[in-house]
Amino acid sequence: MTTTHCPYCALQCAMHLEAGPDGRPAARPADFPTNRGGLCRKGWTSTEVLTVPDRLTRPLIRKDRTSDLAETDWDTALDHVAERLLALRAQSGPDTVAVFGSGGLTNEKSYTLGKFARLALGTSQIDYNGRFCMSSAAAASTRAFGLDRGMPFPLTDLSGAEVVLLAGANPAETMPPMMGHLSAPTLIVIDPRRSATAQVALAGGGVHLAPRPGTDLALALGLLHTARVRGWCDTDFIDQRTHGFEAAWEHAAAWWPERTEQVTGVPATSIRAAADLLGKAARNRSAYVLTGRGAEQHAKGTDTVSAWINLALALGLPGRHGSGYGCITGQGNGQGGREHGQKADQLPGYRRIDDPDARAHVAGVWGVDPQTLPGPGRSAYELLDALGTPDGPRALLLMGSNPVVSAPDTARVRDRLSSLDLLVAADFVLSETAAMADVVLPVAQWAEESGTMTNLEGRVLRRTRALPPPEGVRTDLEVLSALAVRLGQPAERFPTNPDTVLAELGRASAGGTADYSGVTPDRLASGEALHWPVRARQTPTPRLFLDTFAHPDGRARLTAVAHRPPAETTDDDYPLVATTGRLMGHYQSGAQTRRVGELNRAEPEAYVEVHPDTAARAGLAAGDWARLTSRRGHTRARVRLTPTARLDTVFVPFHFAADQAANNLTNPALDPTSRMPEFKVSAVRLEPDPHPA
Amino acid sequence: MSTVQGASPRQIVVVGNGMVGARFAEETARLDPNGERVHVSVVGTEHHPAYNRVLLSGVVAGDYTPDQIRLPVPDTPGVTVRTGVTATALNTDERTLTLDDGRLLTYDELVLATGARASFPPIPGVTEADGTPGQGVTALRDLQDCQRLLALARPGAPVVVLGGGVLGLEAARGLIGRGMRVSVVESSPWIMRRQIDQPAARILARRYAALGVRVHSWRVASRWIPGTGLELDDGRMLPGDALVVTAGVRANTELASDAGIEVEHGVLVDDRLATSDARVHALGDCAQHPGGGAGLIQPGWEQAAVLAKRLTGKAPHALYTGARPLTRLKAEGIELTAFGQVHEDDEDLETVTISDPHGGRYAKLSVRREKVVGAVLLGFPEAAATLSQLYDTGAPVPADRLALLQGLPTAPDQDQDEQGEALVCRCNAVSRTDIEQAWLDGARTREAIAQRTRATTGCGGCVRDVQALLSGMQDQTTASVG
Repeated sequence: MTTTHCPYCALQCAMHLEAGPDGRPAARPADFPTNRGGLCRKGWTSTEVLTVPDRLTRPLIRKDRTSDLAETDWDTALDHVAERLLALRAQSGPDTVAVFGSGGLTNEKSYTLGKFARLALGTSQIDYNGRFCMSSAAAASTRAFGLDRGMPFPLTDLSGAEVVLLAGANPAETMPPMMGHLSAPTLIVIDPRRSATAQVALAGGGVHLAPRPGTDLALALGLLHTARVRGWCDTDFIDQRTHGFEAAWEHAAAWWPERTEQVTGVPATSIRAAADLLGKAARNRSAYVLTGRGAEQHAKGTDTVSAWINLALALGLPGRHGSGYGCITGQGNGQGGREHGQKADQLPGYRRIDDPDARAHVAGVWGVDPQTLPGPGRSAYELLDALGTPDGPRALLLMGSNPVVSAPDTARVRDRLSSLDLLVAADFVLSETAAMADVVLPVAQWAEESGTMTNLEGRVLRRTRALPPPEGVRTDLEVLSALAVRLGQPAERFPTNPDTVLAELGRASAGGTADYSGVTPDRLASGEALHWPVRARQTPTPRLFLDTFAHPDGRARLTAVAHRPPAETTDDDYPLVATTGRLMGHYQSGAQTRRVGELNRAEPEAYVEVHPDTAARAGLAAGDWARLTSRRGHTRARVRLTPTARLDTVFVPFHFAADQAANNLTNPALDPTSRMPEFKVSAVRLEPDPHPA
Repeated sequence: MSTVQGASPRQIVVVGNGMVGARFAEETARLDPNGERVHVSVVGTEHHPAYNRVLLSGVVAGDYTPDQIRLPVPDTPGVTVRTGVTATALNTDERTLTLDDGRLLTYDELVLATGARASFPPIPGVTEADGTPGQGVTALRDLQDCQRLLALARPGAPVVVLGGGVLGLEAARGLIGRGMRVSVVESSPWIMRRQIDQPAARILARRYAALGVRVHSWRVASRWIPGTGLELDDGRMLPGDALVVTAGVRANTELASDAGIEVEHGVLVDDRLATSDARVHALGDCAQHPGGGAGLIQPGWEQAAVLAKRLTGKAPHALYTGARPLTRLKAEGIELTAFGQVHEDDEDLETVTISDPHGGRYAKLSVRREKVVGAVLLGFPEAAATLSQLYDTGAPVPADRLALLQGLPTAPDQDQDEQGEALVCRCNAVSRTDIEQAWLDGARTREAIAQRTRATTGCGGCVRDVQALLSGMQDQTTASVG
């Protein structure tokens, strides 16, 4: 039996892996602070992906774009890739090769991928799918606190709170075991949908506020306004531990409850009730404000999160025992993945790539001249959008991501990927994006290799190898090392042993914001709760900011933010708002969970959640196939009638592919700071599918 | 003419530093953050920085201090604000504006945002001979008025509000909340005559009466006697230390009319927000657009946004095509929303009415061809929020209008397993039958049930249900054995 952590979300539930009755690996929950002995259905069934029939075990290559992928051997595949990369680089310079990583990769892989891009390829063009997840919250947290660790406190702290406000988060659906920490607090849920979490809130005497999608920034301003008018602000805290309250207030001052009601559709009475509930708990220093993708995945996501943080700061929540602000990170290593250098503007340790000291430090660890490190590159969507364009990259190396399902405006993404000279995908199944590749490299899965993950509370965890990978499969670290050597790098610069990489990552991150220099295999094995920063031989940091925030003067910052409408508006042709999200039984692009029998049987196809009146008006009944069309494309989904839905809003899960992909609809308008696309608001029309299956 | 790089910015002068003038400056600064395209000079008569006039009734109620209702001042090189200065003359030929400090501003574009002032009815004692408010009398248009009112009336003192419109009723609510004794006098047949129908007004008056505010509708005041009160036309005397006049406003149009610009009730503007002089524009309460909307802030702000887009050149063809004005009373404990056609009644208008005088609630919803054309909603906060958005977006209304009005929480769908049976554990799709089967297979504890079925291992929300099922099966077994 091996005890490890789940392959999916950032809760990183602990699980025991052992042979089941049929001899195949099986998972059962293990006791751990985040999951308290629980698992959701994705976790229980996670081992099935290890033995799926279409598991890749040999590299695939296609001679040209018209031929099919065919099996080949590793040397042929890697030689081909290296040869093509070198040729393209010689022709068009190092930035002609791009790298796209993932928030699902271990810390060691994220780190090595960033290093590989900067040293072996010499390219600035690296980013990752985490840009589509937590980037807005990361930017807003950094702005407010001087540092971004999703939850700057242990998750278990939540269970003692009187009130928890969840803005655009639906953990009852997406991370069920987290709800164990939320059974005692009264919940305030902000969500356009009567989500599973909203239902839990109402059942427990809490509040559900359902704003029109894209107006949650106004709602946050309205709550700050109302909280101040009703005397809930902590003026001592504001005076002593923050800057910027008055400037932030000037914008909130324009959002009295009745005006907020008009823009958001949330009744003024409910706004007052929520402000009082939260304010009373804040007075007792027993309230948390948490944000999820619903607040963050907008072209104004950073400002929206700032507005929620402003509310938390005005109430005196952050930086104290028993209260605070946190972002509920989504991807398994969404936290660690954004710290160690696979982000376009970053170097390991959450350092900035344009900071000369950071460059000097990291170059020192890597044994290179700081001058040779490239500068910042394009953000995820901008990178995808630039592929194959005159100034853009001509080759892409993809690791752990499936952007033709998970990126916005899939038609554009597909078009750009097919214009590349070379697409290389490392994956364990033939995902929709891998199927487009010129070379596919079969790699190991979570249970087949070791590594560290950093969960949603900033705790570094050990994933332990439970079984060997199938014959013919290599680990991502082995792939990167083999390619690096072919690109002229010394082999010792790209170790394949995760512990060796972790030690180097520790040195590279030492002194940085996310300092892992004290994370060692021994400490991980002992079960010590290693919340970063963990400096060498020092105690970890379960709670940040208790004495001081991370800005040089120790104070947190409120940011003056103004509401503005979504990037696109509804009109007669596109009268409804489509918002996208996740389901209990699927994870991200569904490449893994759609291959698990039990999960796929429960949710085999895309559906659209729609109010019965809205459906009837479109000529649709329950179970019909509908077509949703936005200004960018259309998708098919089966109608699911939901009487609690807003009349103006439909919901589509984004785990399905091809003609059922929700991201066929979504708008790639980007947040100016985080470069997050506007996944949560697309103007659409709903009609019967002209070609029902 | 296109903006040439390096050309000096166009000079825009804004007359009026109220909510709409200040918003215009803010919108301009947002569209042209470095002041490269335009330079905006705002002049305002009041000495205060711009503030939120809509919240003055909240200042009266004690919800806000004056400094809490300040408006943001754009911190950009492209905007200058002068307070305490009044524009005295406009010369459209020379494109100059004369200020009372003797200065002369030249402009490329002029924006009139001069607002409106309280109109005082011709009742003896209400105004002095020179037109200024009489002794003990105040309007409620600016911060000075607020301060004057709060100086005149102390908690426990009687106050008369003359004018039962939105502002009068908000002020009355604020004053009663501060412990004053308040009467409201309205010369129309009912209060909020323009926005709501008579049955609604009756119930609203009862709500006010319950709070201690006496409402006298269809009563004309005959004179104000300082220190005593307001005498009505029926001879009654309403005691009052202060008289708050909220009996309508008059647009400040003199600057425009003196300059020869066309004026009716307000300065006439078209969809470009241009006056009869193409270089002069007007916004907010001083403007008169065919689409209406004066007196409410939302249309004024929308106009400011449109004109900012036009004059910065960001959207030179942006148009303001009228507003869908919506009235939302800001009065603690009273939820009243009114908009659109509420007085008409023609054949193709479908009207749903709910009247509940005892509960203090009233709803009237008018629908034409599936679109909301008007509503009065008193005490229906959920429906008001939904309907005002349907009105605003022009989206069709649902078929069940009664349910819509009542805002009944519709029960969420029960989750089911693949066989259609209700789920006990949603996270792991475990039905009651699954749990009973586990019991038959020997699982006797919650942990054993979890091991077999996975129930309770997700969010944990079903722990109690599973335990209840367990003890039920336990009891059954005991009973059958016994």
